Amino acid sequence: MLEVKNISYNVTENGLTKTILSNISFVCPDNQNLVITGHNGSGKSTLLKIIMGILQPTSGQIFYDGKDITNLSITQRAQLGIAYAFQQPVTFKGMTVRRMLEIASGNNDFNYFCSLLSKLGLCARDYVEREMNDKLSGGERKRIEIATVLARDAKCNLFDEPEAGIDIWSFDALVEIFKNNKKTNIIVSHQSKLIEQADKILVLSNGQVDKFGTKEEIFPTLNHSQTCEKLRRENG
Amino acid sequence: MDKISLELLKQIADIEKIPQGAYNFRIDGKKAEQHSTSEIQIVSKKDKQGIDIYVAPNTKGKSVHIPVMLTKGGLKDMVYNDFHIGENCDIVIVAGCGIYNCSNATSEHQGIHTFYIGKNSHVKYVEKHLGIGENNSKREFFPITKVYMQQSSTMEMETTQIGGVSNTNRKSFAKLYDNAKLIIKEKIMTDNDDVSKSSFEVQLVGKKSSVDVLSRSVAKGKSKQTFTSNIIGKSECFGHVECDGIILDNGIIVSTPKINAQNIDSTLVHEAAIGKIAQDQITKLETLGLNKEDAEKIIIESFML
Repeated sequence: MLEVKNISYNVTENGLTKTILSNISFVCPDNQNLVITGHNGSGKSTLLKIIMGILQPTSGQIFYDGKDITNLSITQRAQLGIAYAFQQPVTFKGMTVRRMLEIASGNNDFNYFCSLLSKLGLCARDYVEREMNDKLSGGERKRIEIATVLARDAKCNLFDEPEAGIDIWSFDALVEIFKNNKKTNIIVSHQSKLIEQADKILVLSNGQVDKFGTKEEIFPTLNHSQTCEKLRRENG
Repeated sequence: MDKISLELLKQIADIEKIPQGAYNFRIDGKKAEQHSTSEIQIVSKKDKQGIDIYVAPNTKGKSVHIPVMLTKGGLKDMVYNDFHIGENCDIVIVAGCGIYNCSNATSEHQGIHTFYIGKNSHVKYVEKHLGIGENNSKREFFPITKVYMQQSSTMEMETTQIGGVSNTNRKSFAKLYDNAKLIIKEKIMTDNDDVSKSSFEVQLVGKKSSVDVLSRSVAKGKSKQTFTSNIIGKSECFGHVECDGIILDNGIIVSTPKINAQNIDSTLVHEAAIGKIAQDQITKLETLGLNKEDAEKIIIESFML
């Protein structure tokens, strides 16, 4: 279980302090999908980075399986079983897809890599020896990024806009992954199809919790919510 | 061969015993082992140190190993190796030099290699340089490589300086005729007070000739690397130079990629990027459970592969 308790995050620029997140609290039980949605700039990605330890909160605490992990490093959180998929996948000169999957999974089982990549519509034979550099398309990089997270087989997965830049066929595959994997998935997303896979939905607005509840409670309200203009437009 | 020679051989040529095919092993400034085949003749030069390697036309799927090992301090070894590759060949040449020196005297190797590559031939040339020894001993390399490529020939040149080389000055020159294609991958790792200079001049003389130069450098400690390339387009041709460098500690990398288009149909491109390891790369590997030190190590290993 992951518990976020009274998390706030401020940044100071040119002597001015700006609040990015204010007093965020929620609980995500094991093996549930929690979707975090909201306007651009509402603090969704910042919240995910704080959970992973990439950013340190100004105040508040994060508990994972009852343990206070607020002051743990990224590495320590990863070793506890938290995985993180970047919104913009990182490129590496010289690092092959195979090497990255080996690091992520701790093994070099080609068949395992094949099963992971094929879930995302990529043929392992075509990709494992390719470098994770900018010669891969944005969609390819995104799908490989998700594969590296799945390769970890972690208990709790954090995904920052996993749908961004991938084609509709891969998107459908992604929906299936969230539907079927028996893990805790915390997903930042604007996509209604992904939001539909949620057990719980957290809506952020201007760095604050606007709504938090079950999909049944929150999803019907999103069309009319000012905090989710994008969804409102998408759903007419 | 003694233990030191075997260890150097393993590291520079990825072999642990006498290889298949033609070979010439040079240890401590002298010929140690030499073997020719019906298709590849190795002949020691009479007027100076070094060998001529003659590869018969239409030789395919064969290899030549010509490693050099220096196992004692204070040695200065200079060799002239000339490669005469016939037409329609497809061969692999594994060169490389390892210096083991723990003395106070400097050990030095200078290999002057000249390649004459016949029409339609494909040559893969792999060369690794390695130095092993204490920090106060010096291990130096001064290779000069000249390549003359006839019509429709291809050469892949992979040169790597693994580490432990105090001082290197590498000079490479190539002249390409019609449809010839040259691919160069150079990787250099320096540390401590090491100094490395590398310069390329490639003349694209022939129509539709092309060159692709990829240089990867890692400079640690107080080491300094200088990379200079000069691609000259004299006909309808394509040239590309990419220089990537990672600096750590107080390392310095200076890159000067020059392109010189002398024909309206030449297309020449250069790219260069030098900097420390990107923080987001370290963060990505930390999210996979690695600590910062291991993440940096893996990033550099991959970069230099």
